[in-house]
Amino acid sequence: MTTTIIWTIVAITVLGVLLAVVLYLVATKFKVEEDPRIDEVEKVMPGANCGGCGFAGCRAFAQSCVEAANLDNNYCPVGGNEVMKKVAAVLGLEVHEKAPMVAVVRCNGTCANRPVVNEYDGLKSCKVKASLYSGDTGCFYGCLGCGDCVAACQFGAISMDPETGLPVVDEEKCTACGACVKACPKKIIELRNKGPKNRRVFVSCVNMEKGATARKACSAACIGCGKCAKECPFGAITVEHNVAYIDFNKCKLCRKCVAVCPTGAIHDVNFPAPAPKPEKAAPKAVAEAVKPVSEAASKPAAPKQEPASAPAANPATDKKEE
Amino acid sequence: MKKTFSIGGVHPDDKKISAGCAIEVLPTPKTVYISMAQHLGGPAKAIVAAGDKVKTGQVIGEPTGFISAYVHSSVTGTVKSVGLRKDLAGIPVVHVEIEVEPDEWAEGIDTSDTLVKEIPQDPKFIVDRIKSNGVVGLGGATFPTNVKLCPPPDKKADILILNGAECEPYLTSDYRIMIEKPQQIIVGAALMKRVLGVSHVVVGIEENKPEAIAKMKEAIASLAAGSSGYSGIEVVTLKKKYPQGGEKQLIDAITRRQVKSMGLPIDVGAVVQNVATSLAVYEAVQKNKPLIDNTITVTGECFPKQSNLLVRVGTPLSYIIDSLGGVPESAAKAISGGPMMGKAIANLDAATLKGTSSILFLTDEQTRRKPETNCIRCGKCAEACPMGLEPFLLNKLARNGMMDELEQNAVQDCIECGCCLYSCPANIPLLDTIRIAKGEVIRVIRSRSAQKK
Amino acid sequence: MNKLLVSPSPHIHTKTSTRSLMLDVVIALLPSVLVTILFYGWSAVAILASSVVFCVLLEYLITKYLLKKPSTIGDMSAVVTGIILALNLPPTAPWWVAMIGSIVAVGVAKMTFGGLGQNVFNPAITGRVFLLISFPAIMTTWGGAKGFIGGADAVSGATPLGIVKEGLMQGQTLQQIFDLHDFSYVQMLFVNMGGSAGEISAIAIIIGFIYLLARKVIRPYITLSILVTVAVFSGIFWLIDPSQYTDPLFNLLTGGVLLGSVFMATDYVTSPMSDKGGIIFGVGIGIITMLIRYFGSYPEGMSFAILIMNSTVPLINKFCKQKKFGRA
Repeated sequence: MTTTIIWTIVAITVLGVLLAVVLYLVATKFKVEEDPRIDEVEKVMPGANCGGCGFAGCRAFAQSCVEAANLDNNYCPVGGNEVMKKVAAVLGLEVHEKAPMVAVVRCNGTCANRPVVNEYDGLKSCKVKASLYSGDTGCFYGCLGCGDCVAACQFGAISMDPETGLPVVDEEKCTACGACVKACPKKIIELRNKGPKNRRVFVSCVNMEKGATARKACSAACIGCGKCAKECPFGAITVEHNVAYIDFNKCKLCRKCVAVCPTGAIHDVNFPAPAPKPEKAAPKAVAEAVKPVSEAASKPAAPKQEPASAPAANPATDKKEE
Repeated sequence: MKKTFSIGGVHPDDKKISAGCAIEVLPTPKTVYISMAQHLGGPAKAIVAAGDKVKTGQVIGEPTGFISAYVHSSVTGTVKSVGLRKDLAGIPVVHVEIEVEPDEWAEGIDTSDTLVKEIPQDPKFIVDRIKSNGVVGLGGATFPTNVKLCPPPDKKADILILNGAECEPYLTSDYRIMIEKPQQIIVGAALMKRVLGVSHVVVGIEENKPEAIAKMKEAIASLAAGSSGYSGIEVVTLKKKYPQGGEKQLIDAITRRQVKSMGLPIDVGAVVQNVATSLAVYEAVQKNKPLIDNTITVTGECFPKQSNLLVRVGTPLSYIIDSLGGVPESAAKAISGGPMMGKAIANLDAATLKGTSSILFLTDEQTRRKPETNCIRCGKCAEACPMGLEPFLLNKLARNGMMDELEQNAVQDCIECGCCLYSCPANIPLLDTIRIAKGEVIRVIRSRSAQKK
Repeated sequence: MNKLLVSPSPHIHTKTSTRSLMLDVVIALLPSVLVTILFYGWSAVAILASSVVFCVLLEYLITKYLLKKPSTIGDMSAVVTGIILALNLPPTAPWWVAMIGSIVAVGVAKMTFGGLGQNVFNPAITGRVFLLISFPAIMTTWGGAKGFIGGADAVSGATPLGIVKEGLMQGQTLQQIFDLHDFSYVQMLFVNMGGSAGEISAIAIIIGFIYLLARKVIRPYITLSILVTVAVFSGIFWLIDPSQYTDPLFNLLTGGVLLGSVFMATDYVTSPMSDKGGIIFGVGIGIITMLIRYFGSYPEGMSFAILIMNSTVPLINKFCKQKKFGRA
């Protein structure tokens, strides 16, 4: 009995020592030399592994930062300038600050604005739907509403609004990683400057069809009339393929364009509510507050879409845009 | 022993309820909209402008590349506009809008009914006629026929297969032309045989069309008696099994040769053409008549008037439907093509194309998908897949975006026949995910081989 | 006209659904159920009813209160599990045995993995094996039940396999055992003496098998490969020493070989996808069953064999793929 116990102990000890030696040898033989700074950089990363920087994950990004001569091509959209400063500190490099961005949904084709003509009956995926047909409404360019962007967001920053059928971005949670931008087959979501106090002005439409056709499909469509481009004192607005686009680097948030847009396709968000105005001026109250002269220009075309554009001037705007 | 393909397949109900309806000529509408994208490859470039007068059969669109085709006016009239118009999926495509006047045919077109049996000796003449008359494959892919008939010089065909399988339920347009115009089809086959220089032509027809088999055999016998150009043409009866009419499946069924992954039929020495294409070839070569009309089946249990119609290209679908009594109240879905591979119509104002073979109406009960449940791993999808793939696995890989594994498991071989989704007892939308994954994997493979070069 | 539906192709769908497949299995099980009820009487009815009720109820409660998902009992798979579990129990087993079996089968083996289609092991067999190990006395006691027809009195206290095992352990030869107990193959084919509820009639199971094949619910490869393996394996040993090893026919007709190979090994979820994989799976089950019967301490090894082979299914699936079109 005793001998059995002794032999067992001996055998196991010998085995343990042997295996330990093997493990050690293997570990030294296959050791991978790595720059210790990669670990350090990785430590200051957000660790979301979202891929928003264009690398496979935070570690891949860290490795690329260590190997790069400067940080011009590496930017962590999630961590923003703060993380980049830390990275730069670790590596002894300089970093150019970038303005914080946010994902913006450029479609206002709500259930009310866009009459539905078809019903989809397949896998709930924008990708599949986009490969099949134009979507359930007359608008070929607009949001398909299957929520690929919601599924793509790792930060829970996008959700579908059941009332409008459009995705809503929570700007607190949005890290501008760009996953939703890639996921959207219609290229509706764009990363735009967050703007001072989160104030932004943008065209909430990407419909490239001629004005009449676009308007027929959606009452909130940009019809490419070019009024906004003429109105803009900073040359920030271009109209190409029948749709206006506001360059957020040039835009000074004067909101003159918002006032002249006949379909209310230009949205302004997070601006303070306008001072109370006489009832009649309600639809374009914001515009009038800024530049009463434009009233004449906006009025004749505006009355029809009052219901659609009216909310643009009140605090509910936030919800709508995001 | 009747022939069929070796792997998989399903047996959906036949439902050829319009089989007995003879082909009728549909009067031309007031306005036609002729799409410039009626074929695989680059869309044609419109060469007419608003205000131009066009004659029936006149060229109005020119090809824009090697794989592209001529487009002809199907009517006589005045061009009203050239611009974007929505196709049946609601996607804007350039169309030529023509206001119709009484027919006045362009010069050189033989509009008589006499059968021209003599086969021109010069293959180049035949190919030129096929090309200039805008003939494309009418089996579904609308691949330009002249390109298919001129394989690269290092590859040689030894058999021409005419596809008369029409394995999709409901469709009867091929069946009707085989019954009503068998001789023209066989002349078309002889013309293509001449171009390819092959000695053997097989017409594959499924066993559920005995009348078509008889008519085609009769036509071959009578033509072969008169001329040597018709030797070596035979009809083969195939078992009824979907997707018999798939190009790769049909070659397998008839020759027992299997086209390699990512390969083309010509790699195994075969060229496949639809019987409707053969008819178009006949008209293009022997009559110099461009492809401006085609036979369309309008059917469905809920549709009151089953029809097979000869329709001019560019006729709005809504015009065809209205002339037969309008969309039935109980119809939930309209499909262009068969129920297995056809495209759902999102826009009934769209105009017909060269390749439009049917308008099928299904009721909600017949077509609406049932809620997806757990995969029970029954393997019925793998059993049904005619390419021997494992759809249950591909679906999982696709949902997780595992591109390398998808390629290893041959997602690129998928022919999108729909057998997997059709047979899944758990109603999993297998093909929806696989189709997208296939596209992505093929893109990866193409870009990789482009890099190598 | 309403809005037109738009969906990717195909636009039609087979009438076969998970529910219809499970219903077919239930129909295929009916002959065995009938024979059991006729032969074992009210006690068989009680055990069948309690097993099915518990299985269905448990799945309903788990989906509703634990998973908080739409109930899945409509797919009938719980009914199938319940019936198969009951057919694996002695008809005299008390109702609470069926309840514990159901909890293990549905609660542990099926729902913890995510419900139908996700489980690695066959739920009914997992339940049975759990009971066999936990309550060996109850699970191996037969007799006492009064049937609606014939000789319930003739029911002995043990299965033929049990008697043989016992005898061999006591040093008897097979010849002596067979002489002593008067086994009849004809009787085994129609109404066996002793055995779990479902094991008693080979012919009833074969009728179910033919129905499943005719309805194309299952393919024959798994079942046949098990039966052939059992026959060949036992044949070889029987030829070597007929006094120690039972003959092939005896091995095919007794115990759970038929019930297991037709209804349990062919379970979609826990068997390989391809025919080739199915044959490997079946051969494995056959060999393990016979190894346990000849050399193990349990008289019967079908349940263990199926469970062991269940665990190899992912591997088999990985290596046995069907031939792809146009690929060597």
